[in-house]
Amino acid sequence: MFRYVVRRLLQMILTFFGATFVVFALMFANQDDPVQALAGEKPVSDSLRAQLTERYHLDEGFLGQYWYYMQGLLTGDLGRSLTGREISTVLSEAWPVTLRLSLMAIVIAAVIAIVAGVYSGIRRGSLFDNGVLAVTLLLLAMPIVVLAPTAQLVFGMELGWFPATASRNASFYAMLLPAIVLATTVVATELRVTRTSVVENLRSDYVRTARAKGLTPRRVTWVHVLRNSLIPVITLIGVDLGTLMSGALITEEVFNIPGVGLKLAQGIRNEDGPMVVGFVSILVIIFLFVNLLVDLLYAALDPRIRYE
Amino acid sequence: MNETPGSVVNVTRSLAGDAWSDLRRNKIFWGAAVLVVVVLTMAAVPSLFTSADPASCTLGNQHKGPSGGAIFGYDFQGCDVFARTVHGTRNSIQVGILSTLLAGILGIAFGLTAGYFGGAVDAVLSRLTDIWLGVPFLLGAIVLSGRLSAGEKNDGVMAVTLTLGVLTWTSSARVMRSSVITAKSQDYVAAARMLGAGPARLMFRHILPNSIASVIVVLTLLLGANIATEATLSYLGVGLKGGALSWGLQIADAQSYARIAAAPLIWPSAFLAATVLAFIMLGDAIRDAFDPKLR
Amino acid sequence: MTDIKAQIDVLPGTDPRAPLLQVNDLHVEFRTRDGVAKAVNGASFWLNPGETLAILGESGCGKSVTASAIMGILETPPGRITKGEIRYRGVDLLKLRGAERRRVRANKIAMIFQDALSALNPVYTVGFQLAELFRVHRGMSRADAKNRAVDLLDQVRIPAARSRVDDYPHQFSGGMRQRVMIAMALALDPEVLIADEPTTALDVTVQAQIMGLLAELQRQRNMGLILITHDMGVVADVADRISVMYAGRVIEEAPVHDVYARPGHPYTRALLESIPRLDLKGQQLNVIRGLPPALTDIPQGCAFNPRCRYAKDPCRQDPPPPAYAIAPRRTARCHFFREVLGE
Ligand SMILES: Nc1ncnc2c1ncn2[C@@H]1O[C@H](COP(=O)(O)OP(=O)(O)O)[C@@H](O)[C@H]1O
Ligand code: SF4
Ligand SMILES: [Mg+2]
Repeated sequence: MFRYVVRRLLQMILTFFGATFVVFALMFANQDDPVQALAGEKPVSDSLRAQLTERYHLDEGFLGQYWYYMQGLLTGDLGRSLTGREISTVLSEAWPVTLRLSLMAIVIAAVIAIVAGVYSGIRRGSLFDNGVLAVTLLLLAMPIVVLAPTAQLVFGMELGWFPATASRNASFYAMLLPAIVLATTVVATELRVTRTSVVENLRSDYVRTARAKGLTPRRVTWVHVLRNSLIPVITLIGVDLGTLMSGALITEEVFNIPGVGLKLAQGIRNEDGPMVVGFVSILVIIFLFVNLLVDLLYAALDPRIRYE
Repeated sequence: MNETPGSVVNVTRSLAGDAWSDLRRNKIFWGAAVLVVVVLTMAAVPSLFTSADPASCTLGNQHKGPSGGAIFGYDFQGCDVFARTVHGTRNSIQVGILSTLLAGILGIAFGLTAGYFGGAVDAVLSRLTDIWLGVPFLLGAIVLSGRLSAGEKNDGVMAVTLTLGVLTWTSSARVMRSSVITAKSQDYVAAARMLGAGPARLMFRHILPNSIASVIVVLTLLLGANIATEATLSYLGVGLKGGALSWGLQIADAQSYARIAAAPLIWPSAFLAATVLAFIMLGDAIRDAFDPKLR
Repeated sequence: MTDIKAQIDVLPGTDPRAPLLQVNDLHVEFRTRDGVAKAVNGASFWLNPGETLAILGESGCGKSVTASAIMGILETPPGRITKGEIRYRGVDLLKLRGAERRRVRANKIAMIFQDALSALNPVYTVGFQLAELFRVHRGMSRADAKNRAVDLLDQVRIPAARSRVDDYPHQFSGGMRQRVMIAMALALDPEVLIADEPTTALDVTVQAQIMGLLAELQRQRNMGLILITHDMGVVADVADRISVMYAGRVIEEAPVHDVYARPGHPYTRALLESIPRLDLKGQQLNVIRGLPPALTDIPQGCAFNPRCRYAKDPCRQDPPPPAYAIAPRRTARCHFFREVLGE
C-alpha cells in the first residue's frame, strides 16, 4: 500500500507539472503578441499592456514565464482579471455553488448507474436491460449543449415543473433540474461500465463458489458481485470529473447559476485571458487531486493493489 | 501451433468476415448506417434538401412560423431555420471526420511505438499520455481553440479541427498499445520475426492489421463525440464563429429566445443529437460484432 | 451436531436405506449460438458414505457439468437439465425449490474447484469467506464465526491460522489456497464432498499433500467423496470405485483395482495406456487418437466409435450400447467388452 501511494504521488507530481505546462504552453508558446492574446480582440491600452507584461513576466523567456506562473499558482496568487477583480476572490465566491451542484449530480448519477446497472447486468437480455441500454444510448447521443437548453425549455418553461434558473442560494429543489442535467453527462457510461462489470463478475468462478455455499441470490449479488463490480466504476469517477467540469460550464451558463462554470464561460466570452488561464489551472489541479483520491479509494476496494 | 507468417491474413479476414456476417443481421447497424448516409449526403450536397440560401435573412421574418420552403420557420434574425440547419451539417461533419482522422493517426503512431518497443520508450510515452489526460479535455480545448481561432477573418474551422485532433488521440493510443502488446506475443508474429521480418514490416504487415479493428471502433465512437464537442466549443464562443454555420452557434443564438420561439433551438439540437446518435450506434454495433461476448 | 444441524437433517422424504447419493440418467443441454450442446447424456452412478468414487474422462466430457448439476449451480440459461434424477438419501434434489435446495448446498453436499485462486472472492479475506457460512447458515455472531474459521484453517493445517485468517486469497500460495477451499467446503460438515480436479493446478509435491489431506479428512468424517479428474494416475491410491465418462455418459463403472488390472471398455484401456510410466520413460506415450466428438453432433451408436480400434458395424448404429454387466459390480457400455477384457 505504502509503495503504491508513493508511486501514485510521484506520478501525480509529474503529471501536475506536465499538465500545467501544457495549459501554459497552449496559451503562451509561440505567440507573436501574448498581451493581445490575453486581452482577446479588444484594443489594449499602454497601461494594461505594462500591467499584463509585468504580471505574466512576458519580458522573460518562456521557461521563466512558466516559473513565475507556477509560483503564483502554488502560493494561491492568481492575479487580477481584465476587469480588475482578484481572480481568487471571484473563485472563492463561485466555488460553493458549483460544489453543491456537482455533488448532487455525482450522487444522482452514481445511484442510478449502480442500481440500474446491477439489475441490468443480472437480467441481461431482458426487457428492462434492453430498455436501459436504449436509454443510455440516447443519453450518450445528447450532448450537453442539446440537453441543457432543451431540459430548461421543456421542464423549466413549458411544463413549469422546476424553476428555469437557479441563483447562488438556490434551494435543493431549484438545483435539482440542473443537477439532473449535469448527471446525465456521466450516468450513461457509469451505468454501462457497471453493467458490463456485473455481467463479467457473474460468470466468474468465485460467484460459482458463493452459490455452492448455499447463499441466496441476493447475497451473492449485493455482497460478492457488487464489491468487485464497483472497482472499475470507481476509477471511472475520476475520469468523469473532467466530463462533469465541461458539463458544469454549459449547465451553469444555461441555468444562470453563478458558479465556477458560469464565471469561466463569461471569461471566455469577454476574452478575459487572465481569468481563463487562472480558472483552468485551478480546475486542472482539482482534477488531478481528485484522481489521486480515486486511486487511493481504488486501492481500498481492491486488496490485490493494496498489498502489491 | 505452427502457423506460418502468411496465416495472419487469414486470421484477419476470418475475424472481419465473422464480424460482417454479424453486422449484416444487426438492425441497429442498418438504422445507424442509413442515418449516417443521410447525414453525409446532407453535408456533401445540401442543395438536395433545401433551395434556400442560409445567408439571406430578412429581419422582417423574425421568429415567423413555417412558410414555403422554410418548414421550421425563421429565427431571431429572420433566417430560414431549416436552410441554416441543413447547411450547418457540412461543418459538423468536416470537423468531426478530419479531427478524428488526425486523432487516429496520432493515436496509432503513439500506440504502435509504445507497444512495439516497450521498455523506456513505452514508459516515456505512457507518462506523456498521463499528462495529456491530466488536462480535463474541454478545458484544454477552450484554451487551445480559443487561441487558434483568434483573429477577425478566422472562421474557426481549422482551429477546432486541430484542437480536437490534438487533444483526443489518447484513447486510440491506449487501445492500440494494448492490442500491439497482445499481438506481439502471438505465435505468428514470433514466427515472422524468426523468418527475418524487420520492425517496420512486423508493425505494418503483421501487427497493425490485427489491432486496427479495435482502433476503428474507438474512432467511430470518437467521431460522434468530436461532433458534439465542436458544437459545445462553438456554443461557448471558442469554436466556429463569424459567418460560419454551426449547430452549436445556432443553439447558442436561439437559447435566449427559446421562450418566444422554440423551433430555432429545437431543430439544430435534434439534428446534432441524431448525428451523434448515428455514429455512436454505428460504433456500438461494430464493437459488438468484433467482441460479441458481452452482449 | 447442533440442534440446527439436526433440524435440517430432516429433509422430507428421506429414506435411510437409500444410497447417500444417486444420479440416474442425468441429461444436461446447453443452448449456444452453434446449436444445442448435449453435455451430459444419461449419466448414472451412486455413492455410499465413506466411499470415494473417481469420475474420470478427458476434458470436455461433462464431468464439471455433472458436478454443477448435483450442486444445483448450473447456469440456467444456457444450461438445462432435461431429464434424470439426483437423489440425496432418496430425496430427488431436482424437485426441491428455492430455500430448501439452497440448504442442501454446503450443509449436505459441498464442492471444491480446480482453480482456488479464481474460486475465492479476491476482495474479501479468507476469514470473511469462511465465517460467512456460519453466519448465514447457523446464524452465528461475527466473533463466533471467526473463531470457527480459525479452527477450520487449523484443521486443514494452515500454519499460524489465527494470524492468516485476515489475509486475502492472493496472499496465499496455490496449495494453501486449495486448503482454504477445502476448509470452506467442510465447514458445515457435509456428507458428500465433490472435488473437481482439486490438484490439477498444483505442483506434483503439493498435489500429493492435498490428496493426502482430503483422504484423511474423509476418513475422519466418513464422508462420501466424488473425485473428478482427467488423470488416471491420481486415482489409483485413493479411489474405491471408478466411473469413466465419455461424451456425457458413464461408459465403464467398476472397483478401482479391477479397472487397472483389466479394463472393460476400449476407452478406459486407452486412457490407461496414456498414463506416463516411470519404467517406460522416454518412450512415446500412447495418446488416444482423434478428438472427443463435438457435443452438438454426437455420433450415432457408440459415441466412441470413430476413435475405437475395436469398432465394428453394430457400433455405428443406434441405439448406443447398453450398460452390460460384465462382472459382479461392473458395467461397461461396449458391445465387444469380451474382446476388450481379453476373454
Ligand atoms: N456455460 C456453458 N455454456 C455452454 N456450454 C457449456 C457451458 N459449460 C459447459 N459447456 C459444455 O459442456 C461440455 C462439458 O464441459 P465440462 O463438464 O466442463 O467438461 P469437463 O469434463 O472437462 O469438466 C463442454 O465441452 C462445453 O461444450
Ligand atoms: S461399442 Fe464398439 S465402438 Fe464402442 S467402444 Fe465398444 S467396440 Fe468400440
Ligand atoms: Mg472440468
